[in-house]
Amino acid sequence: MLDGRALVKRTAGLRLWLSVAWLAALVIGAVFAPLVAPQDPLMQDLFTARLPPFWMPGAEHGYWLGTDSLGRDVLSRILYGGRVALVVALLAGLATALIGATLGLIAGFYRGWVDMVISRLVDIWMAFPPVLFSILLIAVLGTGLSSVILAIIVIDWTRFARVVRAEAMAQGAMDYVASAQVAGRGRFSTVLTEILPNVLPTITVLLTLEMGIAVIVEAILSFVNLSISTDDPTWGGMIAEGRASIHQAWWVLVFPLIALFLTVLSFSQLGEGLKDRFDPVLQ
Amino acid sequence: MSFLKIRDLSVVLRGTRHRLLRNVSLDVAATEVMGLVGESGAGKSMIGKALLGILPRSAQVVSGTIELEGVDLLTLPPRQRRTLIGQRAALIPQDPLTALNPSRRIRPQITDRLVDILGWDRARANTRAEEILNEVQIAAPDRVLGSYPHELSGGMRQRILIASAFAAEPRLIVADEPTTALDVTVQKQILKLIHEMQALHGTALLFVTHDLGVVAKICQRLTVLYGGLVVEEADVRAFFRGPAHAYSRALLAATPRHSDPEADLTPVPEPVIAAVQEQVLAADRSWSHA
Repeated sequence: MLDGRALVKRTAGLRLWLSVAWLAALVIGAVFAPLVAPQDPLMQDLFTARLPPFWMPGAEHGYWLGTDSLGRDVLSRILYGGRVALVVALLAGLATALIGATLGLIAGFYRGWVDMVISRLVDIWMAFPPVLFSILLIAVLGTGLSSVILAIIVIDWTRFARVVRAEAMAQGAMDYVASAQVAGRGRFSTVLTEILPNVLPTITVLLTLEMGIAVIVEAILSFVNLSISTDDPTWGGMIAEGRASIHQAWWVLVFPLIALFLTVLSFSQLGEGLKDRFDPVLQ
Repeated sequence: MSFLKIRDLSVVLRGTRHRLLRNVSLDVAATEVMGLVGESGAGKSMIGKALLGILPRSAQVVSGTIELEGVDLLTLPPRQRRTLIGQRAALIPQDPLTALNPSRRIRPQITDRLVDILGWDRARANTRAEEILNEVQIAAPDRVLGSYPHELSGGMRQRILIASAFAAEPRLIVADEPTTALDVTVQKQILKLIHEMQALHGTALLFVTHDLGVVAKICQRLTVLYGGLVVEEADVRAFFRGPAHAYSRALLAATPRHSDPEADLTPVPEPVIAAVQEQVLAADRSWSHA
């Protein structure tokens, strides 16, 4: 008979390594895009328009995943588009986590009127439809990478604030927090050494989820042409362009979609995998 | 002058006039073991929490004084109060499973207080931690100090909590039902250990429990509470010869006995409860007029 625990552990390990592998490949591809990309992602050539991927008849060497209707190499554009996606995921994810978790910790541990203010703010915030809200924000801030990142932070901090607040409240009611206070520990130091380490696994999982969400939001915004300038390749932009020629060249739509899908999936699985592996309470 | 002197302590549910503790007065001498007994919700833990400054947010002290060695804790500024409590008092909590931080090793959880409050250096605090673990009969202190709580058994964790409470040589320890969450087989050992440590260190002990059998074993005096009101305060020997208050007598009669395990349990009779509840209401009436 199979040992259930070992099985859970092994599949958890597998999921962690697969997601790490995909993300690592993506990071390397994005960082070294100028060296790795087979073509210039911006170069148009109507003679090589709508070339199919390498395994299909009519494919040309050097255009592994085919070309779009302007003759631009799909693989190279995916690699360069990955740069935008990863920068957004990293910066927006970290900033969102930092702001949301800080407010959540404060609200959950200090309670009282601080909690009232933060919680009501979260309630009000969550009543806005997020996509509309982000489009509105970009309209006000103007397009560009920093606007996209800012929009994600402004919209999504509530996700962290809510969950971290609940978790901090639960931890705050534990006897070890009372013991620390009897031992003369100040409130701020109690939050740092007693509460934060126990909330950290939750924050990590949320952070990776948030990175996936940031990638999607960036794709949505570039799909509706509100991300960065249209010249630079983005996955959302590629999907929008590919949609127009889906019947003649499906690969222009499908490959960026797969990249997007795998990246978002990997981020969420990375969080779960890390939690299973490093959370001392679960071991 | 008594060592711990609580006078007219009233605690209410925050924002209401509903009292959880009703003019509680209590004296504990240095090195004395005082039992706090009562039913669930009688306010026995609440006294310890008010004293240590760890009342839940929903509870609030509205009147009274808690003097520790002549200093009123309730009028001290928060920072000074924390320092004083950290130096003089400690807590042995109820549930050893949630009383140690799961994401920190044992060592800092014992030594933090010694460094923060007593101003010791790390090396001295570490030596003290090993010494005190030896005292509670933990065989390999070094290994245990480097462990996370989830790697240790419940009984072991309770030993660590006891050691941790005694580590800074406090003058007063509040033990909040320290054996309730443990296996029956471990309970006895832990109780014996607390008793021995108390005798060895000469610490005053406020022992919160609902078990009169435990009180008979380790306490010198006891206070019986009902509805946040002190019903009776007595010397343990005198109490077990014959409690003065009708409710205490009924409570004692309701205690199951090892000598006759088959005997039916005697619930506290209705009239006795009615009488003690009337006493609680009378206390509230005079309080409202004050």
